[in-house]
Amino acid sequence: MSRIDDYRRVARPGTVDFILKLAEQVKGRRFLHVTGGRLGGGAAETLRATVPILNELGIDARWEITGGDSAYYATARTLQAALEGAERVLSEEGLARWVDMNGLNAKKLDLDADLTLVHDSQPASLVSARSGGRWVWRCHFDCSSAQAGTWTFFRTFAGQYDAAVFSLPGFEGRLGIPMYVVPPSIDPFSERNRDLTPREMTEILGALRIARDKPLLVQVGPFARANDPLGVVNAYRLVKKHHDVRLVLAGTADGEPERLELLSQLLEVAHEDPDVVVLELPAEAHRQVNALQRAATIVLQKSVRTGFDLGPAEAMWKGKPVIGGYAGGLAQQIIANVTGYTVYSVEGAAFRIRHLLNNPELIPRMGAAGREHVRRSFLITRELVDDLALVIHLTR
Amino acid sequence: MRQAAKPFTFSGCVELRQTLDVHALDERELLHRLGEAPAESIFFHTFGYFLRHRAFTTAYGNDFARWAALEIGDRALAERLAVVDPFAFPTLEGLREHLVTIVQDHLRGREAEGRVEFDRGFHFQRSHIVEVPLGLAATTLVEFRAGLSNVDESAIYLHTIETRARERRAEGFAEWLRDALDLPALAERFERVDPYLTTLERVRARLLGFIDETLEEGRG
Repeated sequence: MSRIDDYRRVARPGTVDFILKLAEQVKGRRFLHVTGGRLGGGAAETLRATVPILNELGIDARWEITGGDSAYYATARTLQAALEGAERVLSEEGLARWVDMNGLNAKKLDLDADLTLVHDSQPASLVSARSGGRWVWRCHFDCSSAQAGTWTFFRTFAGQYDAAVFSLPGFEGRLGIPMYVVPPSIDPFSERNRDLTPREMTEILGALRIARDKPLLVQVGPFARANDPLGVVNAYRLVKKHHDVRLVLAGTADGEPERLELLSQLLEVAHEDPDVVVLELPAEAHRQVNALQRAATIVLQKSVRTGFDLGPAEAMWKGKPVIGGYAGGLAQQIIANVTGYTVYSVEGAAFRIRHLLNNPELIPRMGAAGREHVRRSFLITRELVDDLALVIHLTR
Repeated sequence: MRQAAKPFTFSGCVELRQTLDVHALDERELLHRLGEAPAESIFFHTFGYFLRHRAFTTAYGNDFARWAALEIGDRALAERLAVVDPFAFPTLEGLREHLVTIVQDHLRGREAEGRVEFDRGFHFQRSHIVEVPLGLAATTLVEFRAGLSNVDESAIYLHTIETRARERRAEGFAEWLRDALDLPALAERFERVDPYLTTLERVRARLLGFIDETLEEGRG
């Protein structure tokens, strides 16, 4: 577990002292996070790091989780997907069950706090049982294109909060409450981002059977159409005519039929071309992803639709230039021509890869600029500052 | 050495951003929304740009110019918006009128550039500034210099730009130099520093340079 002083090694000079000063204003205040679980990446990963630090700073920070039966989880997953814009069928019985189970959760959990931050949709209806303090809904996904009927149902709960927080302007749904913007961040000491020794790199890449005898193009992300892995293969093929490179596509299929079909197409491509490597990794393969990003010459994130997606920030922290699609949070992270490029097509991706390979001096220069950009804007220390500012602003 | 009766206390700040669910997807929408958006939003996208601008990002002077250049691809409008100096207007309404006039004039007799997808739209925001006392105080110019050279760069923004444009608990650098240290010439130089298209670190360096000259001349 990292302590606030550990971040002096990685954050900009003065950042930790600034956090200490900021925290003085809310010392002793009770700050509660509620999520649908403690495992996995995203919000849970951030909370595993920030909750102990907030306590170290003198804030009474706690983290509760909601739970229920299998029907509850199934409805919560479907609700989340519909709020993210996917076409889903939600039954009235299922939604009623979800509300009832959260009612039971509210009775079991200690929800007494000065500020309660409820993350994403699963625990969202807890707000109906609020008794005191300020309540904020923290939305980590893009709900601007939520299914209309689902949003109408969900906003009866979301509207009961004092405020909402979104990762980007434009990610919000229609709500009559103040809506703040706090971009997500990465923890430089997590398994996914911490420094790896040369020996660890050799071990991990050896286990994955990734040779380092030629420039590596790496894309990490679920095998979903939104991430356009087939487009990445086509961009690689355009590059391959001129440069002897290897492409690594690493991600998860999560047992979803569409993703499994895409994975099987990619495996077929890999079968025909030994320089295309497709790795199906479990969601918790953070060390492997870390090693792959560090081994990459160029990191690709050619998504055509995405939420915030911190992949570029992770890669830039490892000093890699990133070529990303113009979608969601990618364009917020990549500073075009400085830390990488944003592209709109397969041809654009191929052009930029060739541009970097033909001008190799740009690769470390962009990588260094990317690391500084992340140090300032996407490290967990910045999110701590934003969270503390939110607590100060809403509880004064 | 001059000694102020009232010490200067340095504060940094955090900008808590609020999205207003007001969006423009083309230039005509930008024109209409500019006319309707809350004054705090006009402030955020112009004065607030100085807090967010970084040396290695391409500078456009304000968020409106940046959007016109990068998302709409209308270089001419971007140029016309980029040169707007927010400090030249005594009120935010005056600044708003000027921005509206530029867009209106630009669009007169021509088709607006194409509409962009929602995620590339202009999303109007505002901010809430949380002041952070840094525990540093000064009663002499030498102490003030030491504080200025060490404070978080957000303090430069707060004590120069925010205090010039909005009512704040924190005091402006220039105000204290004039009123507490009786250094009106130095205060005027502080007020005339142009943060346009530069970084807060460069502004800090310039201010430190002014102080050094004053101290060398034995006027501190």
